Amino acid sequence: MRQLAAIAVFAVAAAVLPLFITSGVVLNTAIMILYTALLGLAWNILAGFGGQFSFGHAVFFGTGAYAAAVLQAKLGWNAWATLPAALLLGAAVGAFIGALSFRYGLRGSYFALVTLAFAEVFRILANNVTFTGAGVGIMVKLKSGAENFQFATKTGYLYVILVFVVAGLVLCWWLKNSRYGAWLQAVRDNEESAAALGVNVFRVKLGAIALSGALMAAGGVFYAQYFQYIDPGLAYGPGVSIEALLGPIVGGLGTLWGPVLGAVLLQLLGEGTRGLFANAPGVSLMLYGALLVLMVTFMPSGVLGVLRRRA
Amino acid sequence: MMLEARNLSVRFGGLAAVDDVSLAVPRGKIVALIGPNGAGKTTVFNLVSGFIRPDHGRVELEGRDITRISPHEACRLGMARTFQIVQPFGAQTVRENIAVGAHLHHGSRADALRAAEAVGERVGLAAHLDKLAANLTIAGRKRLELARALATQPKILLLDEVLAGLNPREIDEVLPVVRGIRDGGITVLMVEHVLRAVMNLSDEAWVLSNGRLIAHGTPREVTADPAVIEAYLGHGTAARMKAAYA
Repeated sequence: MRQLAAIAVFAVAAAVLPLFITSGVVLNTAIMILYTALLGLAWNILAGFGGQFSFGHAVFFGTGAYAAAVLQAKLGWNAWATLPAALLLGAAVGAFIGALSFRYGLRGSYFALVTLAFAEVFRILANNVTFTGAGVGIMVKLKSGAENFQFATKTGYLYVILVFVVAGLVLCWWLKNSRYGAWLQAVRDNEESAAALGVNVFRVKLGAIALSGALMAAGGVFYAQYFQYIDPGLAYGPGVSIEALLGPIVGGLGTLWGPVLGAVLLQLLGEGTRGLFANAPGVSLMLYGALLVLMVTFMPSGVLGVLRRRA
Repeated sequence: MMLEARNLSVRFGGLAAVDDVSLAVPRGKIVALIGPNGAGKTTVFNLVSGFIRPDHGRVELEGRDITRISPHEACRLGMARTFQIVQPFGAQTVRENIAVGAHLHHGSRADALRAAEAVGERVGLAAHLDKLAANLTIAGRKRLELARALATQPKILLLDEVLAGLNPREIDEVLPVVRGIRDGGITVLMVEHVLRAVMNLSDEAWVLSNGRLIAHGTPREVTADPAVIEAYLGHGTAARMKAAYA
């Protein structure tokens, strides 16, 4: 209950932000923080709660992004109508990958490699079939208006991504306070013990990857609407997969607020380094890499984990 | 019968780990499965609880064939087990650990946590409920294994060496807990190395050696059986002991 109240406070605080800030740059940073938090929340469901580390979450993100773009551009769907379709497709791709890899007991780095491979396969496919626009990518047509999921100001996008993030937080709160969540965390900590206590390990893992895939697909839909352009590299490239896993690892794996905290820290770090090394693009990526190594070596439980131990 | 195994066999490569084992566990009793190291006791547990599929034979729970079901289904039908090498959910508290078992019959988190607390008290973990499972002593973890399995409200409980690694005082503390479980109506099948505990607790014992059953009877009967003594102490020992004590 205290956590739900914290989520409400967070939602209200983010919602009143545009009342005080009109700077497009600051609002854009806020949107990117929330967007990164959403990807992190999605990844954290499978990895943090379920113990299945994916290196290829772009496969769900790209599926969501392409669902939104293709259904609008080729089939004339309304942008909002693509959202449930994208969520379902994300969940379905998750269930498919999960069914294949969990059925054969893939764990640890083997599972990570399989997800990475799937993301790459999807990227290559998107690069080569015409209805995704192949290598040229695909544009989301400019159709202003909230009813078309396109907003004249950043504020509209901020509210949409905030709703997504709050939904993700509530979902993770539920995982912390429900039977399914207890089973999922038991599977993470010890599959054999969980099975001996009546937990259907396969089905629990399948549910986690489907939920994670659906939430990640929501991130893809948002990306497509916000930037109005996607191509195979943007949608299915490894960059997205890394963006998804970095936040929770920095913030705190398997915690409610870790992905949000991680997103704040990473975006601020990103802004800072982009300013510092404006004429050396790529330095911020190297910093990200170094940070990841340092975090995993010295703070495997993330910033929240360290704070909690101090408390 | 609560549990019956008929002609169970499994081979690992060229090794007949369990060879034509038939045993029965009557309802409401504590039955021990004993034998020297490597006799196949844990393998029998794994066969019965669905962690390993047998090559031959049949397992019945209350007359129902459960030979090829998976471990979680066995648990749902009322058979819970513990592991010889304790496997706690280390990142979670003792209460949360036990609640995982309790969730089998409690859908709501609050109910499961309440049930977990009651079970924790029953096995003597009341003072440790909010500790992380990883921070428990070996004795504490053994109790936690027991508590988690109990929380699934089983009809039969398979205990794989719950006393191994405990000192004599800790063993004396656990014995009444196991007896209490039986008196609460749960059938117990236990693999045990601590013979004093077997003598003390069990109503019946089966003896396994090199994958085969070699004796069955009351604990007193089987420990006096020459075949059992030889299995533990080597060929010819029974005769030498008889001569020495005669």
